[in-house]
Amino acid sequence: MTAESKLGCRANYFWSMNSPIVECRSISKKYGEIPALVNFDIDISAGEVFGMIGPDGAGKTTLFRILSTLILPDSGRAMVLGHDVVKDYRYIRKSIGFMPGRFSLYQDLTVEENLKFYASVFGVKIRDNYHLIKDIYSPLEPFRSRRAGKLSGGMKQKLALSCALIHKPMLLILDEPTTGVDAVSRKEFWDHLGTLQTDGMTILVSTPYMDEAQRCGRLAMVQKGHLLDIGKPDEIRSRFNGTLFQLTSSDRYQALLICRNSKQISSVHAFGQTLHLTLADGVQTEFVENLLIDQGIVEVVIHEIPPSIEDCFMQYLT
Amino acid sequence: MSRFISLVRKEFNHIFRDRRTLLILFGIPIMQILIFGYVVNSDFKNIGIAVLDQSVDAHTQKILNKIFSSGYFNFSGNIQNAQGISDQFKTGKVKAVLVFESEFGKKLDNGQLANIQIITDASDPNVANTTVGYVSGIIRSYQGELAGQTVVQLIVEPQYRMVFNENLISAYMFVPGTMALILMLISALLTSISVTREKELGTLEVILVSPLRPAQIIIGKVAPYVLLAFINGLVILLLGYFIFNLPISGSLVLLLAELLLYITLSLSLGILISTIAKSQQIAMFMSLFVLMLPTVLLSGFIFPIENMPLILQWISAILPPRWFIIILKDIMLKGNGLAYVWNETLILLGMTLIFLFAAIRKFSIRLQV
Repeated sequence: MTAESKLGCRANYFWSMNSPIVECRSISKKYGEIPALVNFDIDISAGEVFGMIGPDGAGKTTLFRILSTLILPDSGRAMVLGHDVVKDYRYIRKSIGFMPGRFSLYQDLTVEENLKFYASVFGVKIRDNYHLIKDIYSPLEPFRSRRAGKLSGGMKQKLALSCALIHKPMLLILDEPTTGVDAVSRKEFWDHLGTLQTDGMTILVSTPYMDEAQRCGRLAMVQKGHLLDIGKPDEIRSRFNGTLFQLTSSDRYQALLICRNSKQISSVHAFGQTLHLTLADGVQTEFVENLLIDQGIVEVVIHEIPPSIEDCFMQYLT
Repeated sequence: MSRFISLVRKEFNHIFRDRRTLLILFGIPIMQILIFGYVVNSDFKNIGIAVLDQSVDAHTQKILNKIFSSGYFNFSGNIQNAQGISDQFKTGKVKAVLVFESEFGKKLDNGQLANIQIITDASDPNVANTTVGYVSGIIRSYQGELAGQTVVQLIVEPQYRMVFNENLISAYMFVPGTMALILMLISALLTSISVTREKELGTLEVILVSPLRPAQIIIGKVAPYVLLAFINGLVILLLGYFIFNLPISGSLVLLLAELLLYITLSLSLGILISTIAKSQQIAMFMSLFVLMLPTVLLSGFIFPIENMPLILQWISAILPPRWFIIILKDIMLKGNGLAYVWNETLILLGMTLIFLFAAIRKFSIRLQV
């Protein structure tokens, strides 16, 4: 037995339901001179819905492509389902469901033809795994003979998810599945992911929407190829540094400029129609109120709020 | 196997739902063969000749009759004097002028030297040459007739015969050439585009993350096009047979087998192109320009390979159409069997295997970013 195959055996032997489904050890990847991932480590356990959040270019897609065996890391080691992503790519490709960032089904094939095609590619019958996709696919049934290119954004994502699920994968990798999808469809999509998780599926999902992060079991915040923080959403929020205040006023933009120039206010961000800010040690909210009123801004209301994931993320960036 | 069938079915769906692909597949070949067959025509007929007859006697009349009843020439009118000659050429309709010297018939009857001048418009050298040749031939044959009555002047008389295409019909030349060209372009173009389209749309990404192996993906891509290109080849053969009266002297089975081999070769080349090209546009450029120009110029389709500089002859040797054209002509015109074309067949077979192997090797199992 060669050293290599021994290693493979050992990996298989140690992998059980309690072993991590995904194991990344100091993965690095560069595109030319631009680093996409830098010494990246994560572990994902069975049955988790694991979220990756971060802006465009954070390295989410790169990580997903490495885990899906589509590209090779420059250095480091990644194991998926106990198999090496470089050596055992054939095993991994059979066993995971992958949904790339942009809609990647055949637009000139009908809804049903797409599903049938992917089922046959993986050598399964639709009816054998229909229970897995029933909730997601049934709203599409009336449109089964419509071309996939003619579906709405939300329906396209449902079809893509159905196709990624039809072979009953052990791990589902979804790269920004809800980008460009309306709010109602996004909520439905996450409801489906919840159902899948209850059935025991492990899901790795990325999103640029911070509000979706709360629905993940665990979360990794990434920026420029680096891991900023990792943990349950509540843990991440509890690590927020300081007390967060929400401020509404008659003129949000002016208020933002004034707050930015004040040394007593340690951070301020626009957040919807309001401002979120943290104060320097010993500074009271009355100070901010007076500061703004002095500058002619009225209807100033300021009160403490619990930090959201987005607040935590913004804090890491500043 | 069901995996393969569904790959093929998917590919057929792509083809039949895309009007552009269908047009390229069936419209262009028919159009090309008709254009090449009819328009690019080097057949020699209806050449306008004007006459300056300074003698007007029985001999000049007989010679003129023979010339204008040959079918190659049209009578474009009489010229009265030498100044009229250049005017006639300027109209462009007259390609040659025949000048009989005065007292032509009398001299001929007296056994003296009688002169005919043939003036041709050599701005088209081929037409000029051929005109001189044909007219001389007709005059020589008239001389032969006279010789039967009077003195024998000729001692050596060459007898020539052009075999396999006695009438020098250009369609015999163009149809095999066009067929080789079109099948190569269509097959390479369509397969390379269909693979790069999957790259562009991102569907290849999903296909890669599946149990499909590169060979399966490639053969699934090629199989539908083998069938369609074969039908295409049949249409071209039928057009050649019925419209241009191209004979199929040899074995039809052998001809179809060679057709199938050549199609497979072109398709493999298309797949190889698609593994290199990153976008549909690059694939199209490579298939059209990189393949078309050398094929037209160097395959022996238009210009004889024997006249090329040595280095171009070498390049010509690696062009598949060159060998296919030889095979086509051998089977269709000469009626040769496999015994005569096995050499070329082996070359095509070897090229197919090399292209297919290279395509499968080069077909990346990963995404290229």
